[in-house]
Amino acid sequence: MGVGIEVTNLNAWYGTNHTLQDINLDIPANHATALIGPSGCGKSTFVRCINRMHETNPIARVTGSVLIGGLDIYADAKPVEIRRRIGMVFQRPNPFPTMSIYDNVAAGLKLNGYSNRRVLDDIVEKSLRNSALWDEVKDDLKKKSGASLSGGQQQRLCIARALAVDPEVLLMDEPASALDPVSTSKIEDLIFQLKSQYTIVIVTHNMQQAARVAEKTGFFLNGRMVEFDSTHKIFTNPSDKRTEDYITGRFG
Amino acid sequence: MGGDAGNAVFGALRDRDQGTASRAGEEKLSTEHKLKARLRTVTDGAATFVAVLSTILVVTPLVAVFVYLVYRGASSLSWDFFTQVPKPVGVEGGGMANAIVGSAILLGLGSLIGVPMGVAGGIFLAEFGRGTKLANAIRFTADVLNGVPSIVMGIAIYSLIVVPQGHFSAFSGGVALGVMMIPTVCRTTEEMLLMVPNAVREAALALGVPNWRSVLSITVKTASPGIITGCMLAFARVAGETAPLIFTAFGNVGRNIRLDEPIAALPLQIYVYALSPYDEWHRLAWAGALVLIVLIVLAVSLVRFVTSRGVMKGAS
Repeated sequence: MGVGIEVTNLNAWYGTNHTLQDINLDIPANHATALIGPSGCGKSTFVRCINRMHETNPIARVTGSVLIGGLDIYADAKPVEIRRRIGMVFQRPNPFPTMSIYDNVAAGLKLNGYSNRRVLDDIVEKSLRNSALWDEVKDDLKKKSGASLSGGQQQRLCIARALAVDPEVLLMDEPASALDPVSTSKIEDLIFQLKSQYTIVIVTHNMQQAARVAEKTGFFLNGRMVEFDSTHKIFTNPSDKRTEDYITGRFG
Repeated sequence: MGGDAGNAVFGALRDRDQGTASRAGEEKLSTEHKLKARLRTVTDGAATFVAVLSTILVVTPLVAVFVYLVYRGASSLSWDFFTQVPKPVGVEGGGMANAIVGSAILLGLGSLIGVPMGVAGGIFLAEFGRGTKLANAIRFTADVLNGVPSIVMGIAIYSLIVVPQGHFSAFSGGVALGVMMIPTVCRTTEEMLLMVPNAVREAALALGVPNWRSVLSITVKTASPGIITGCMLAFARVAGETAPLIFTAFGNVGRNIRLDEPIAALPLQIYVYALSPYDEWHRLAWAGALVLIVLIVLAVSLVRFVTSRGVMKGAS
């Protein structure tokens, strides 16, 4: 089951570039939350702070606190433990190119030392079913490389790979921006199904997409969070002028 | 050849600017299009021709050398060549069994030293030491080492191992070849690892895989075809080295498989035989050169075959 995320006074830097400034928000458990805003506004940096991927860049720095299910991930946990509890799907599909479809899905478990054949088989099947890819690949699980799939299939493979480690939170950084409309709608259907079991945070440039899949939406601008509210309110009656300008296409 | 087309284009543009009758302008324009299309075809043909010509220029010497080796060496190949040791001058027959075995041992030992150390060094440079002073120092040293003449490497190992031990040995020869492999393997490994997209590393880290594990199981595995190519290049390069062996392995006319005694090697034997005044030895040297090349090709193909299984190929 998913858990909630409480972010307090989060600041992040790349070198001297202050990319996130005083972010405060509560992301509800078992819902989809969308983050919108123009390029470079800090949305991606924000999700990378939630699973401590931000700090993999040597010049990056973070202050503030992020509580995931009550656990302060910067004070009380190691990055590796945190990332096992939080799945991430990236903008461009990034399956491991030398691995079969099966090994791609099982990678998170295998690389962390699980080797029970039967358990792995079950988890791989369940994850691929959950990511709506099973029927398309079930006959080629070990024969085909993950990289031989189409772009949309690769992205669903990456979702399956993230689900296989049974995360509580699923972060998606523009998961459909490199995909065609058909694949995009498949990914959106998937988010719709998955959000009952996982807390989903999705960064998107596509405002219709945010409106379709998310209960809550946050609007980021220049490293600050301008507004965070129910998706309906953000898109019909935003309280901040800048939010209104952005969603009506007056800038960005 | 572009001049005419260029003038026509300019002409067409000038006519258009001057507002010539539209009919004439259209005709000019369509001629202009045809000329442009022809120019493209010609350029395309010329580029293809240059590419094919370059390929032929590169491949010709290789094929010529190989054909000449077969021509000069094949007639001296016999079962005895692979099973007998050299015979004294004037005695018919004799072979290079000792040198073939010796080369195999020297190259095996060299690879055992050069491949792990080179690959480990390359992994450090690309994955752990990026941007550190230590990494820069190692990279610089490797590049310098790459340019050191092989005879110098032989003398270095001679003074480091042969002199203290008091005798030539297969061991010192293997070390000399291994040390020569390290810089090549190290730098190609680094280059190949740097070509692995960062997205692949991030994917592994985001799954909660520790960094060392991600490097070994994901990054290195992804780069493995390139790393293997680097190792094979280094292997093939030292397989033909004579100079570093003169002061170390020394050569041996008899059979030897002991590491603490001097050992024969194909390049050494070819060197000695080719410089001798005897026709029979010249013929054996040609045969030896042919065998050396064929064995290198076989070894490289075998490694490629074995390592290509288990690694999935990407999208075609």
